[in-house]
Amino acid sequence: MRSIAMDSNHQSNYKLSKTEKKFLRKQMKARHTLLRHEGIETVSCVTQILVVANGGLGNGVSRNQLLPVLEKFGQVDALLMPPNKPYSFVRYKTIAESKKAYVTLNGKEIVDDLGQKIVLYFNFVEKAQWKELGLQALPPGLMVIEEIISSEDEKMLLENVNWTEDTDNQNFQKSLKHRRVKHFGYEFHYENNNVDKDKPLPGGLPDICDSILEKWLKEGFIRYKPDQLTVNQYEPGHGIPAHIDTHSAFEDEIVSLSLGSEIVMDFKHPDGVTVPVMLPRRSLLVMTGESRYLWTHGITPRKFDTVQASKSYKSGIITSDVGDLTLNKRGIRTSFTFRKVRQTPCNCSYPLVCDSQTKEPPPSFPESNEEASQLEQEYVHRVYEEIAGHFSSTRHTPWPHIVEFLKALPSGSLVADIGCGNGKYLGINKELYMIGCDRSQNLVDICRERQFQAFVCDALAVPIRSGSCDACISIAVIHHFATAERRVAALQELVRLLRPGGKALVYVWAMEQEYKEKKSKYLRENRIGQGKKEEIRNDASMQELLVEQMPDLDNQDSASSAPCISDSQKGGCNSRKVTNSELPIHINRTSFHSQDLLVPWHLKGTPGKDKPTVPFDPVGSHDPSPVFHRYYHVFREGELEAACQTLSNVSILQSYYDQGNWCVILQKV
Amino acid sequence: MKLLTHNLLSSHVRGVGPRGFPLRLQATEVRINNVEFNPDFVARMIPKVEWEVLLEAADHLHLIEVPKGPIQGYEQDETFLRKMHHVLLEVEVLEGTLQCPESGRMFPISRGIPNMLLSSEETET
Repeated sequence: MRSIAMDSNHQSNYKLSKTEKKFLRKQMKARHTLLRHEGIETVSCVTQILVVANGGLGNGVSRNQLLPVLEKFGQVDALLMPPNKPYSFVRYKTIAESKKAYVTLNGKEIVDDLGQKIVLYFNFVEKAQWKELGLQALPPGLMVIEEIISSEDEKMLLENVNWTEDTDNQNFQKSLKHRRVKHFGYEFHYENNNVDKDKPLPGGLPDICDSILEKWLKEGFIRYKPDQLTVNQYEPGHGIPAHIDTHSAFEDEIVSLSLGSEIVMDFKHPDGVTVPVMLPRRSLLVMTGESRYLWTHGITPRKFDTVQASKSYKSGIITSDVGDLTLNKRGIRTSFTFRKVRQTPCNCSYPLVCDSQTKEPPPSFPESNEEASQLEQEYVHRVYEEIAGHFSSTRHTPWPHIVEFLKALPSGSLVADIGCGNGKYLGINKELYMIGCDRSQNLVDICRERQFQAFVCDALAVPIRSGSCDACISIAVIHHFATAERRVAALQELVRLLRPGGKALVYVWAMEQEYKEKKSKYLRENRIGQGKKEEIRNDASMQELLVEQMPDLDNQDSASSAPCISDSQKGGCNSRKVTNSELPIHINRTSFHSQDLLVPWHLKGTPGKDKPTVPFDPVGSHDPSPVFHRYYHVFREGELEAACQTLSNVSILQSYYDQGNWCVILQKV
Repeated sequence: MKLLTHNLLSSHVRGVGPRGFPLRLQATEVRINNVEFNPDFVARMIPKVEWEVLLEAADHLHLIEVPKGPIQGYEQDETFLRKMHHVLLEVEVLEGTLQCPESGRMFPISRGIPNMLLSSEETET
């Protein structure tokens, strides 16, 4: 730390009060930060130019706010506000004026656009400088057409979207994490970022759109007539993660109409170039070619956009002309995104990001024990290892009937939990000696951190001596084995561990997610309709109750229509019909259409993704969260009992259905 | 890994048969964790213990005062039960190995976690 004296050249040499000392410390800190992070060198002599720390667009101070404050002390030659930076530069006509501003304003509070108090710190600089943004041009193939519709048409379109309708309407309205959304023509599935081409929605596009689309076609703004419409509503603070619309899902031309309010959309090239583009109210964004296939686009969740200050400026790139930038408060923006569903595989010139052109075929149903083992290795073991931390964070609440089983066991029983995950059952009953095992080292690590007895092993070869256990549990494990033989072998292994008279409780996921006319928790938590989201979110314990297979709800839409590069490389997310044996990808929180399938898991993104604008936060830094697929064999009614009947030395004490799971209690004879 | 857990473990290497047991324990790091003494609980564990295995493991760890076997009326014998409580539940092996007596296969114990995974060639299924 430098001494205060060194930093107080502009102060007279009297004894400093406590407040003054504190202020000097802060000012010094501001100088350090400017130098360290931005390479801005402050000087101790008086100059015409001041750097205003905390007075920047990056921390919510707009040009309109700051300029009048600065102008009180003289004529402002220039106010340079770099985008997303927590500082600005002001140049006064004379040294006398800049000195006056320095003395009076240093350490003074102003109130920012959100009503928060901000303390400004001033330092002199020789020249205004900052890390320049590169020269920018619109992404190739991108166009913004201003004033494409009249205010009357805008009003009509907005009124036509009824967000309050009943939830069982046909247009598949959803409240996603950062916006509300509604689909027409085809439903867009966020689980696989595609549409079901064989299942158009009844009703097609709203009639009101027809004349508008015809007009655009006639005037040459668009080449094809779209057949799918997604309406998104963004409130201030909402956003959409950076994504490329799935190539195989839609044709080249994607157009988006901005209504209600303007917004800045960030386009990002894979090499890292980001281009913020202003989409004015009532404008049409047209994405074709490179801008549609290669660049990601997204909207950063925040309440203010950095925009051009000049009145003449409307659409297009937000330049780095820092003499002309200010903050713009966001309003409610509704976008109508029109796309044409693609009927043939994509043959674009960007194979690296094209799901139609990836080489590796998706996994298929195993034909042999060896293939099954490989499938489990790739689509069960590896996935749990990758998602262990996030998976565990969504698994706190034990299921009531399993707790009941464990509590009813005699005190002093030896109990093994085969496939114990994060160990949520290992500490349920202190009167038992419980040991857990799992195939995933990362999950077993979590058990150990919780002081449980746990080890790593395969459920087909459990390293516990035969007949030693008074009871065993196998919760949500057997459905990960890919052939009937392997499922039976895993059950037989469970029975081997039991002493005569010992009991095993087995839970597997059921094909029937609706039973006795009651939907399972899994289906019921499909968030259709607004308002419902909050209710579920506020009830975290209910959310995970009995929904072992699911990631947390907040996560469901986080990937949005992500580029999914990792996905398509794994052969995951997009193509849904190639050969008969290909495993289908399940759409989370819907009914099962196949017994053998892949269930997506959206790995929670990096923390801090949703933070409001903060200093030094780069624009559009949202990367889509990776999606993993787990293999499941969901059991039909009676299937689990039938498998158990083939086992030797065992009788079925009880079998039941529990919230979307088939369950049995076995007893060794 | 507690010694009671060790007492239950066996190995499954192909060709070994159902009893790769007992696993030979070598420890490089052992920790004593205090666990609340529950005499009834310990008494219920006594009949489940394979004594020879326990004594051999305790011997490898150089534990002292390990009872040589269940004594008459141990259910009421607090001294006996406390000793058993200590050896079964309070001694934790953090680092070391387990070795299959039949195949010689070594399994690592790391941070208290035995890794008993076998390669596909080694499994007997």
